[in-house]
Amino acid sequence: MYEWDFSVIPRNIDLLLLGLYGTIKVFLTAFAIGLPFGLVLALLRLSRNKIVSLSASLFIDFLRSTPALVLIFWFFFAFPILIGLMVQAFLAATLTLAIVAAAFYAEIFRAGIASIERGQWESALALGMTYTALMRRIILPQAVKRMIPAFLERTIELLKTTPLMAAVAYSDLLFQAMDIAQKTFRPLEVLTAVAGIYFLMIYPMSLGVRKLERHLAKSGESTVH
Amino acid sequence: MPKAVNLLYIDGRIMGNNYNWDFNSILINWDVFAHGLVVTAQLSALTLATGLGLGFFLGLARYSRHQIFRLPSSIFVEIFRNVPALVVVIWFFFAFPIVSPFEVDAFTAAFLAISANTAAFSADIYRGGIQSISPHQWEAGRALGMSYLTIMRRIIFPQAIKRIIPPLTGRGIEAIKLSTLASVIAVNELLYAAKQLSALNFNPIEAYTTVAFLFFIIIYPLTHISYFLERRFGLSD
Amino acid sequence: MSVVLMIKKLKKSFGSLNVLQGIDLEVEEGETIVILGSSGSGKSTLLRCINFLEMPTSGEIYLNGALVGNPRGEGENSRIIYRESELCRLRTKIGMVFQQFNLFPHMTVLENVMEGQVTVLKRQKTDSAKRAKEQLERVGLIDKIDQYPSRLSGGQQQRVAIARALAMDPQVMLFDEVTSALDPELVGEVLLTIRSLSEEGMTMLLVTHEIGFAYHVADRILFIHEGLIHEQGIPKEVLLHPRQVRTKEFLEGHSAFSLPEIGTSSD
Repeated sequence: MYEWDFSVIPRNIDLLLLGLYGTIKVFLTAFAIGLPFGLVLALLRLSRNKIVSLSASLFIDFLRSTPALVLIFWFFFAFPILIGLMVQAFLAATLTLAIVAAAFYAEIFRAGIASIERGQWESALALGMTYTALMRRIILPQAVKRMIPAFLERTIELLKTTPLMAAVAYSDLLFQAMDIAQKTFRPLEVLTAVAGIYFLMIYPMSLGVRKLERHLAKSGESTVH
Repeated sequence: MPKAVNLLYIDGRIMGNNYNWDFNSILINWDVFAHGLVVTAQLSALTLATGLGLGFFLGLARYSRHQIFRLPSSIFVEIFRNVPALVVVIWFFFAFPIVSPFEVDAFTAAFLAISANTAAFSADIYRGGIQSISPHQWEAGRALGMSYLTIMRRIIFPQAIKRIIPPLTGRGIEAIKLSTLASVIAVNELLYAAKQLSALNFNPIEAYTTVAFLFFIIIYPLTHISYFLERRFGLSD
Repeated sequence: MSVVLMIKKLKKSFGSLNVLQGIDLEVEEGETIVILGSSGSGKSTLLRCINFLEMPTSGEIYLNGALVGNPRGEGENSRIIYRESELCRLRTKIGMVFQQFNLFPHMTVLENVMEGQVTVLKRQKTDSAKRAKEQLERVGLIDKIDQYPSRLSGGQQQRVAIARALAMDPQVMLFDEVTSALDPELVGEVLLTIRSLSEEGMTMLLVTHEIGFAYHVADRILFIHEGLIHEQGIPKEVLLHPRQVRTKEFLEGHSAFSLPEIGTSSD
């Protein structure tokens, strides 16, 4: 019968907190970069210049189709040689996660706008509005409200992709967990506890978004997925 | 990794543009990629089948009237939806073997982790599909005198299938992308092959670019098939 | 009486589908024209070409005697180029009301009626609010100004839509099947609003299925069939003594189950 020993966790709590700090640092930085970049990508995709919108589309599709870990490895191992500079794990991981998130945000943005009924476009045009005015006054205000749940969900997803940094040896929560597990020979306790920490962070957020979705559905607002 | 750092110092002095592209070693070693691709395919197919299958029963159990089905399945679904996939992979490889009654090698660990993840997400897709069929359909079936099972079989399922298939293909695509996580525990799939080759031939750019490209040309068409299915099944609704 | 709107040889195709095959029309100031026709005849398309929500494939449209757009090329190759800015300006002079109302759900009733004035006509907010209230008074909805559209009935929403279009002080009003999406008991209030507009002298074109309304309110009836004006004239002629076979068939289909007339003889 296996003898459980959870005491390794409080004994290494400082390392775990360090890892948690790393996770949150990457999460917030990637979010801060990914969100504006996602909006830029979405606007490029909406451009009436065919070349611009097609390139943006392809770029977005590429980032959504290629596995994030492949991109992280590329940024960490391949990119530095291409530009002749060392790329730190933090930079490679954060940038990759940021632009992947941006691609998904851009897609949510596009879906939000597409979900506005044609009639809204037409009645705004019938009043004599230009394309810019109609986007600014009629379409975007309505679209943004619809996008919020999907947008929040994707942000939680961003948090769930942060453990990938451990694969390039960045000191996030998972990396510290693996490190401690090796040192203490207690992988079961350590890894289970860390899985628990992730769960305790993410589950409440997920529940919150689901509540919000239900609330919005009740008040008659449709949402994008 | 030390090798990559050394390379950097050498190239750092010459500047990045003088890099000698070396796709030759990629072509010579195409069999390594091919083998990796096969393992990726195996892992994806197995996790997909298991995940989607298990997800079906989880979906039913989760919304059953009996607590004994509801509670365990809900717990399972919430755990594997909310714990990041890589954490689960690591857990199954390093932690699970300690309490596991059977052998857990890297492939098995990845398989278990990704299947659980896929099953947890599919469960809600199945449920959503069934619940989205209007209650009027149930009423119509009952008015004709049909039993619960007959209504499910003849009226609900055929319609639900149409609504379920597009998001499930999305899940399938996700399973393929998740297979790359197995490289972290040294499963010999496509990404790991790139790691091996780049360490061997000092050509990380070619190796990783090739692999990124390969994943893209496999997955991108699949996403379009998924959109196509969405439109096709959406029309007849 | 001046000609406000003139349409010459208007054609519109969607790919290989020729919806409008050559419409010629002159609309005089103050005229109320009702356009009838079966679905697919092109009647809505005609309306939507007038304010360029659909771009004509060929043909010319004149507002107040001035051609809309810039002609290019000679003879066989002549086309008309339309600039967005010119179309936007045109649309401020031609108001449109839609079957699905299309009110802006994120704005109150008052804001809806002010929106076009402020954003497009660049009027002052206070001025726009005053005029908006005038129009809402005119359609009988002044007590709903701070409500959101979702709180209003279909008939009320449609009247707000009419007020919104009127607030732009248009020269011509276009009504595209504006009562087709309404519950029967709400149709009346909208039709009454439209009739009073007609009596006040607004130039308007309506596409509708309300034949009785057409009879009492229209100055002229157009019957469109397969993309062409098949028959036109005053209501008494077109509706009671149609000359063309198709017109007769259309009207018979429409009056298959009408209530018997009380008192008046129809011949």
